Amino acid sequence: MEALEKLHTTAVPLPIENIDTDQIIPARFLKAVTREGFGENLFRDWRYDKDGSAIPDFVLNNNVYKGRILVAGKNFGCGSSREHAAWAIHDYGFRVVISSFFADIFKGNALNNGILPITVTDEQLDKIFKAIEINRDHHFTVDVASQVLTIDEDFSIHFEIDAYKKECLLKGYDDIDYLLSIKDQIEQFEAQQVIY
Amino acid sequence: MTLFEKIWNAHIVTRIKGGREVLYIDQHFIHEVTSPQAFGGLKKRGIDLFRKDKIIATADHNVPTKNQHLPISEPLSKKQVDTLIQNCQDFDVPLYGLGHKKQGIVHVIGPELGITRPGMTIVCGDSHTSTHGAFGCIAFGIGTSQVEQVMASQCLILNRPKTMRINVNGKLQKGVSSKDIVLYIISKLTAAGGTGHFIEFAGDTIRNLSMEARMTICNMSIEMGARGGMIAPDQKTFDYIKGREHAPKGELLEAAIEYWKTLHSDEDALFDTEYTFDAEDISPMLTYGTNPGMGIKIEDTVPSTDNLKALEYMNFQVGESLLGKKIEHVFIGSCTNSRIEDLRQVAAFVKGKSKAEHINAMIVPGSKQVELQAKEEGLDKIFEAAGFELREPGCSACLGMNEDKIPTGQYCVSTSNRNFEGRQGPGARTILASPLTAAAVAVEGKIVDVRKYLN
Repeated sequence: MEALEKLHTTAVPLPIENIDTDQIIPARFLKAVTREGFGENLFRDWRYDKDGSAIPDFVLNNNVYKGRILVAGKNFGCGSSREHAAWAIHDYGFRVVISSFFADIFKGNALNNGILPITVTDEQLDKIFKAIEINRDHHFTVDVASQVLTIDEDFSIHFEIDAYKKECLLKGYDDIDYLLSIKDQIEQFEAQQVIY
Repeated sequence: MTLFEKIWNAHIVTRIKGGREVLYIDQHFIHEVTSPQAFGGLKKRGIDLFRKDKIIATADHNVPTKNQHLPISEPLSKKQVDTLIQNCQDFDVPLYGLGHKKQGIVHVIGPELGITRPGMTIVCGDSHTSTHGAFGCIAFGIGTSQVEQVMASQCLILNRPKTMRINVNGKLQKGVSSKDIVLYIISKLTAAGGTGHFIEFAGDTIRNLSMEARMTICNMSIEMGARGGMIAPDQKTFDYIKGREHAPKGELLEAAIEYWKTLHSDEDALFDTEYTFDAEDISPMLTYGTNPGMGIKIEDTVPSTDNLKALEYMNFQVGESLLGKKIEHVFIGSCTNSRIEDLRQVAAFVKGKSKAEHINAMIVPGSKQVELQAKEEGLDKIFEAAGFELREPGCSACLGMNEDKIPTGQYCVSTSNRNFEGRQGPGARTILASPLTAAAVAVEGKIVDVRKYLN
């Protein structure tokens, strides 16, 4: 998993609330046996119509906005627990998602797949959408170590992140990488265990 | 300290910033449905199984229950089982698969083989792993990415659940068994009542249950939303384990028993939540809706509910009695009720009787050992004479992943653990019950109160 320490990039606005994981990645794309290739089908039914032609208005198609940060309306990632939603977002190229509320399971899946979900207040989210609208080349800076999202010289937000997950993001670890890194401790535990 | 805390604390490898803990897992069971992607993950990382002596596999969910000696005909099922066989070969995992004389449902064979023992932490990519808790261990179901974690490190990163104790005291009425006890409890707590908790079952009624009966109760602890359920070990537990293939022997067994005797909650232990029920209030139970919490005593009528969709699906009305309802299928099986005592109960009831003509009655033993024992005891002849079909072991109609599906709109009184819409087949109508109630229904062809048929 790619480590995430600092990011300096533009953002893609998706000011829609309650985006569920079926919109992020429709069920018919869940049969793949690896984690790659899902980016093509991110927001599939919003990007392409039934004939497979690109829907020009949709933000990922209109060439107005690009970047590695996705800014979305509240309750992002609700619905089914499919981890594929996180894979699709990562495979497309996003590394950070900003919203005022994330569904629990999606949040866990995102963090375990190298994506940082940043929760801000409704007011802050509004300000962020406005900043992007005014200037689509507006660059945001995300600093994981200091937990700061900087929008402007005079507007920065401190965000919360679970201490363990923060360490994982900085190191590019998922849960298994972390467990493999503490093998010594596991072996020490085994050595002192009495088995009946 | 509670029993749960004693065992959990003894398995903490380290604590992680933010409150989670790394828990060591003593025993990992796997089956063909939730293991393929986990093995794939190991191959992708280029790492081996961490502890090959702490993992055991079986094929149970997808296997046919007839003609198991022939190749599996359904292609997707065959692929999953073949994938398990290949993975077990690649990674050196002992496989109790089709053809093995001790093959069976994962939560039946673990205890049978003496692998499940008090004080252990046990996991499997299957909800009903909680079954093993009957031996006084912490046993719970996990997702496929967690299966991969255990394969890679023999550990899991977990949040500690809260603790709950459910006491049941008093004498059970005749005709009432452990399945009725647990359906009764879930009907009181609801399908979400145990969420966030690990349950300990206690009380003299529980103490008086056999090991197999205790397994039925722990099996369904997750149907009340809990992470798992456990019962403190006692002499019955030690007697059950003694002599089994993987059980400790001689001096080692004696030392083990000395330790196992310490595995109980302290007198002054505090639980986050506690309930107490009176066994005498428990009647034979049935479910009338589409989650295991929607259960009633056989003599009661369908209660009013917000869940009208469930009643519509089952075609039951508020206020009606279920007695006398014509039933098309009876399924005796699943990790909840498919052990030798369940089969003996059914045999004792149907001996000399015959199933109702219109009914399909199927008995699927939990393992090859149960099947063999049933034949040694002559139960197969009793079943055959009564018109019941005795099949070969597997999860079968509990969830209909193999051919054993219940047709749309038809009712099945089932000794399994879930009655969700479409669980046993699209549009299938599942009514959960005990083996004894299921036997009585099969004979009468309709829903009856088994107590009326006992001397």
